[in-house]
Amino acid sequence: MPPLLDIKNLKVHFHTRNGVVKAVDDVSIKVEQGEIAGIVGESGSGKSVTAYSLLGLIPMPPGRIEGGSAIFQGTDLLKLNERELNQYRGRKISMIFQDPMTSLNPYLKVSSQLVEPLAIHENITGKKALHRAIEALESVGIDDAATRIHSYPHEFSGGMRQRVMIAMALITKPDLLIADEPTTALDVTVQKQVLDVIRTLQKDTGTSVIFITHDLAVVHEMCDTVNLLYAGRDVESASASQLIQNPLHAYTRGLYRSNPSNHAKGSDLHTIPGLPPNLAKLGPGCAFRPRNTIGDPSLCLTDQTPELIEHSPRHFVQNCPGCLAKS
Amino acid sequence: MLELRNIRKTFHKGDQSVVAVDDVSLDIKNGDILGLVGESGCGKSTLSRIIMQLLMPDSGSVRLAGTDLTSLPRHKIRRHRLDFQMVFQDPYASLNPRLTIFSTLSEAIQQRHPKLKGEPLRKRVGELLETVGLAADQMQRYPHEFSGGQRQRIAIARALAPEPRIIIADEPVSALDVSIQSQILNLLRKLQRELGLTMLFVSHDLAVVRYLADKICVMYQGKIVESGDAEEVFTNPQEEYTQKLLSAVPILPTAD
Repeated sequence: MPPLLDIKNLKVHFHTRNGVVKAVDDVSIKVEQGEIAGIVGESGSGKSVTAYSLLGLIPMPPGRIEGGSAIFQGTDLLKLNERELNQYRGRKISMIFQDPMTSLNPYLKVSSQLVEPLAIHENITGKKALHRAIEALESVGIDDAATRIHSYPHEFSGGMRQRVMIAMALITKPDLLIADEPTTALDVTVQKQVLDVIRTLQKDTGTSVIFITHDLAVVHEMCDTVNLLYAGRDVESASASQLIQNPLHAYTRGLYRSNPSNHAKGSDLHTIPGLPPNLAKLGPGCAFRPRNTIGDPSLCLTDQTPELIEHSPRHFVQNCPGCLAKS
Repeated sequence: MLELRNIRKTFHKGDQSVVAVDDVSLDIKNGDILGLVGESGCGKSTLSRIIMQLLMPDSGSVRLAGTDLTSLPRHKIRRHRLDFQMVFQDPYASLNPRLTIFSTLSEAIQQRHPKLKGEPLRKRVGELLETVGLAADQMQRYPHEFSGGQRQRIAIARALAPEPRIIIADEPVSALDVSIQSQILNLLRKLQRELGLTMLFVSHDLAVVRYLADKICVMYQGKIVESGDAEEVFTNPQEEYTQKLLSAVPILPTAD
């Protein structure tokens, strides 16, 4: 069976006054039917731009999709025009964002926001739509949904608002849910509840999920596969269990090592020195070389960009000898 | 060093009232890092504002090195405020964008040493920058020329400048990228070791608190529900709420 979504060699560049920012420069990600695919990276690594480009949410200009394809159920999403994209947005592919405070309309009752996708995509209105909306709220664990649905967003707490967002995203039973840092703004206990809701619904409905985060621990709780991005490129991708057992790239290894939960108290944390590179000034060669301390930076490629290779079955990594070296 | 005794603070709105801090007592020893853990709304920010003397408690006392600050008149509190400095979550919002790093830091140094000027002042600013791992020749730059992690270093230097007795760090690494977080955590640990820094570290990230703090207080609905040695609280939590908090933390399996 072909994957539900197959992103190949995606390139999204932003043409700014300070030069061309290669926000996404060759990213390939496969999302299989019914699985949760994690995209991990720091700010500026290209994880959100990758997801936004799928639904035509990149502002153009300055953005431009320079190449690649994203085949979703046989259609290349990158080739669709605005009208065609609207057949996918919120219907087959839904999205939830980091900040539930700003992604709900404060002037509208939750009920009118929840029934909107039903009216647009399924022509269901009135009592029937309201009924579906109440069911959706119940499915994300909001008690007394029949009353609560007539509240305004500010009457809900942060975690509850994120549940409302999830209910709204899933009300049309999409095939793919894109969750962009959905729990980053939430407390740990609330985060756990929201993650549990996403996972339960994912199991019940069979929806595939792209889960974007910078938190490796969350990835390992949630995801089947992990795609690690750095400087707009895939660095390493594998199943979640494979990646933690055998991280290959120096960046991956560095990230795992710098996590405080892996350290005894009082011991120095491993650090990845320096900063992520400026994407407008990135030359050829391995982008991680200046920060590579656990591989062998002298072996890093400088003249050409390392290619992604399949190191072992379904475990892909950038083929840079300096970053794969273990010192 | 710092002693809080039976602090209570109630906020009133109309005829409703919320007890934000309910009979809290805690101690921080000289050179220790105390981790204050809890969810949003548990009262940890109110508590740190009371320690900073930005809010007056309804009852209870804050004693710093033996002086009872809560009973001092306002103008004397001002002088003591130098003894407390804060580091905030958002390094983008906490530095004045129109001042160079030199101006920001020298202003903070002069709070303590009003007569320090000219070359000695420059030297002190340079030393501070080097303490937090930045180059002294960057002092004429503006905040926008620095990255988030560097700005947090500057904010830490700004907090160290008036030679405070205690630093209150309110979620200082939550807004930073993973690879930068560990750099800042190492810096804080180095400062504790080398300068004998005393710190109240407020966070909801238990992995970070466990790594950094000597002692931990868990706060829930305005009360301290559990406190003790950091490792002890983590490995053997007594209270139901602490257990719930710990079980909610996503665990990263050990690599390598």
